[in-house]
Amino acid sequence: MEQSEFNSPGYSIPPEMQAQVSITTLDRIYNWGRRASVWPLMFGLACCAIEMICTAASRYDLARFGMEIMRPSPRQSDLMIVSGTVTKKMVPTIVRLYNQMPEPKYVLAMGACASGGGPFKEGYNVISGVDKYIPVDVYVPGCPPTPQALLNGLIKIQEKISGESIKKARWYQKGPDQAEIAIPMLGPDLIDPRKIDLIKTNGNKA
Amino acid sequence: MNDMYGKGIVKGLSVSLKRFVQTYLDDLRWIGKRYRTDEGIAHRSSKDARGIFTVQYPEEKLPVPEEFRFVPFLVYDRGENGEQNLRCTSCGICSKVCPPQCIWIVRSTDPSTGRPVPDPAEFFVDVDICMNCGLCAEFCPFDAIKMDHDYELASFGRNVFNKQKLAKPVSYYESVRPANAARENAARAAKEAARTARTE
Amino acid sequence: MTTPTTTSTFDLGTSFPGKVSPDPRPGYSGWIVNKDDLVALATALRDEHGFDYLSSVTGVDYFPDNILEVVYNLYKTTGGPGLLFKVQLPRQDPVEVASLVGIFPGAELQEREIWDLYGIRFTGHPDLRRIFMWESFDGHPLRKDWHEAYFEDEAKPFKSRWPEGKFSLAEAKNIYEDNIAYPAGFDPEAQSYDSEKALYESLKVYQKDEIGLDTDHIVVNLGPQHPSTHGVFRIAVVLDGETIVSLKPVMGYLHRNHEKIGERNTFLMNMPYTDRLDYLSSMSNNFGYALAVEKLMNVQPTERAEYIRVMMAEMTRIANHLMAIGALLNDLGTYFTPMLYALEERELLLDIFEAVSGSRMMCNYFRFGGVARDLPEGVLEKIKDLFFERLPRQIDEIDRFLTENEIIRSRGIGQGVLTAADAIRFSAAGPLLRASGIPYDVRRAEPYGIYDRFEFDVCVRQNGDIYDRLMIRFDEIRQSMRIVQQAVKQIPVGPVLSVKPAYQVRVPAGEVYSRVEGPKGELGFYLISNGKPNPWRYHVRAPSFINLTAFGPMCVGHKVADVVAVLGSIDIVLGEVDR
Repeated sequence: MEQSEFNSPGYSIPPEMQAQVSITTLDRIYNWGRRASVWPLMFGLACCAIEMICTAASRYDLARFGMEIMRPSPRQSDLMIVSGTVTKKMVPTIVRLYNQMPEPKYVLAMGACASGGGPFKEGYNVISGVDKYIPVDVYVPGCPPTPQALLNGLIKIQEKISGESIKKARWYQKGPDQAEIAIPMLGPDLIDPRKIDLIKTNGNKA
Repeated sequence: MNDMYGKGIVKGLSVSLKRFVQTYLDDLRWIGKRYRTDEGIAHRSSKDARGIFTVQYPEEKLPVPEEFRFVPFLVYDRGENGEQNLRCTSCGICSKVCPPQCIWIVRSTDPSTGRPVPDPAEFFVDVDICMNCGLCAEFCPFDAIKMDHDYELASFGRNVFNKQKLAKPVSYYESVRPANAARENAARAAKEAARTARTE
Repeated sequence: MTTPTTTSTFDLGTSFPGKVSPDPRPGYSGWIVNKDDLVALATALRDEHGFDYLSSVTGVDYFPDNILEVVYNLYKTTGGPGLLFKVQLPRQDPVEVASLVGIFPGAELQEREIWDLYGIRFTGHPDLRRIFMWESFDGHPLRKDWHEAYFEDEAKPFKSRWPEGKFSLAEAKNIYEDNIAYPAGFDPEAQSYDSEKALYESLKVYQKDEIGLDTDHIVVNLGPQHPSTHGVFRIAVVLDGETIVSLKPVMGYLHRNHEKIGERNTFLMNMPYTDRLDYLSSMSNNFGYALAVEKLMNVQPTERAEYIRVMMAEMTRIANHLMAIGALLNDLGTYFTPMLYALEERELLLDIFEAVSGSRMMCNYFRFGGVARDLPEGVLEKIKDLFFERLPRQIDEIDRFLTENEIIRSRGIGQGVLTAADAIRFSAAGPLLRASGIPYDVRRAEPYGIYDRFEFDVCVRQNGDIYDRLMIRFDEIRQSMRIVQQAVKQIPVGPVLSVKPAYQVRVPAGEVYSRVEGPKGELGFYLISNGKPNPWRYHVRAPSFINLTAFGPMCVGHKVADVVAVLGSIDIVLGEVDR
């Protein structure tokens, strides 16, 4: 995981494009600062949360990656590790928390339940994967993934962060400030506001 | 209550201090061979571990025991021309015993006669449902599906494994599970010997 | 080995003639009580006959016979086998029966669960709201004719997996791409949904303080995302300044439909699912389930398997208590250092679990008739090293670290008191019950496995405050170490499975309620089989869930900061609370 491997252009730069080289170096510093101090949101749902706590404990130390500060408040965190089964009753809270996280933010779906419903996929209160509601960056399979597997996933997040560039970052472009996700409601079953038209057309069928 | 108020707190802090000092004294005693070596890792996860307890993944990987189960994989034997002969006969027991039903098997049929052939045409394991229970490997009668040790499966998308991704050679199986492989080979050899003894 | 019986030798028929009748179905034990005599019977059993502990209340749906049943389990806190009786109700709405909350307050949360999942209304219940699902949810899910959107087949294995096992994601079959279905003609914009109104109404039940200035009360929600609620658990409190006036726990954020999935699984398939109930002590859950099914199948495990089972169960108890101590100290404000020390020992125990069963937490190790495989080479040596040399030393160190700490003593002694009488009334179990002075331990009251061969003491503390609940866990760790030290010396060689390994087990028809002493309390499994490969009813008597009945009364009058400490001392695990 050498820093020089990331964001190096890989070719010699002609003089007329020297201006872009400074952006590349700036990218490297910017991404190094961001990936070396990702602060996860202290958000454990189920059994995978115990493995997350064990990852933060002394044997598989998260502090070596700069992630030991697990902030309870979403306003101060960068990474949401969704560890555990996502149930319909909990989804409005999860979406609200995701909206409250400031950008740049990342989501890691830890475990089989967060990735795709897991062994409880057929349950009437279970969502088949948290990526139905919030965008997920890295999926870590396993039930539960061992702390070393979770660390592998976190290293993948760091790789993803290193591959980003200031020029293309969403939060520096023109456009709306936040990509907010509409919060689902709890009616006779979970209602996703993005699918209201679908519900109406489907309900009007016989 | 006590002679000095704060005595309990001081006692607790002395325990932390003792561990702190022990870590650095042990570092001196091991003279630099303590980290990133196998003996160092083994010492730090044994009953004599004291002071620092961390196993620094990814530079130091804690070895997993033989029985460790993560996701399943299919075992193939190497044929004469180097082709992969999957041991799986698509009997379907693993997909029947899987608790969350995450194994899909299509039994292949002989194109000319239309009779079923003991070979899987398609074999899918949805790893995003798999609960790593190991029942598929426990009840396979042909030693065809076993539980893998590889846990570094994090990816940027959903994980559904098809037959190609699941197939791994027998040599790999014997390297990760030597005692189990030896026991199964012995059992198979004994059955072969019994069968040849009966036919003679 | 003792094989405990579920029914007591107490004959209900002679004490209450005309009101009860023995259950006639084959394989069933227990008594059927007339619906109208229920309250009188329960009062008489508690006051005159000494059955003062209501262990579990559960519902069953006999769909083809058009009957809904409510099944009650009573025990005496002096020990011995229990009493199982049931009330049968016709399956037409409205289905009503009298509530037992006035006699046994421990039934409060369990009756709400039956209302939520079965639709049986309990008249006289002080606060009958849904507990796992939200208020506006449509239907009562555990009824046999209620099918979820992903419904494929009544029982596993599903035919779609083999031999024509064309892979498809379950989401592709549903138009909403998720396990969601709406009633016919549903218009999502027709009304707004407020699931919280009933909760806030129920919070208003408290005494307003008449002295001093007239102040306002504020409602605060702790959770579901909170650093100290041990998972997704929500507490709604009404505060007068910093003092708690009224408290209601809200759960269901991790309701994973364990029981409904359990009814679709075969008996063997349920074993890995029991790991995920109390996910900190998976071997203990396996033990309870294996015992229940073995009772139905009438199968005994081998000697070596019995010893291995006891060793694994006690090691699980130690691992769980280490985590509980760490989490409670974390809640008290020591910010993670003692937890790191406790987790270090727990990691060494998890290494042994990994070597034996293959996984640190989800062990899936027990089978019907023994355990899945034998101990590998060298594991017994590792256990001996840990239990004779390392663990006693380290537990003493953690003890020395913290038990004389002035802050923990002042925050723990005298706070969050649960009196002995209250503990029995609220059906508290496990360390919560024993810290209040009642020496009830299922391993002694109704021994299972080979626990009658070991010498160990039942740990009891008298005050029932937070400090006692912390110290009793140290006591229990020491007693568990004693048991493992004896077991390691006495373990024989031999086979570990008494029947041939089979994935389709034959379980004769009948019902069974079997319980073990889990680390958090009495873990019970109520199983009904009708001879098919899948259970008809599968219910888990979850100790954390029922211990929460005492949570509200324990906290009223304390400050908000103590709520967190009391919750940590009850030691709940959401996988068990919500199932």
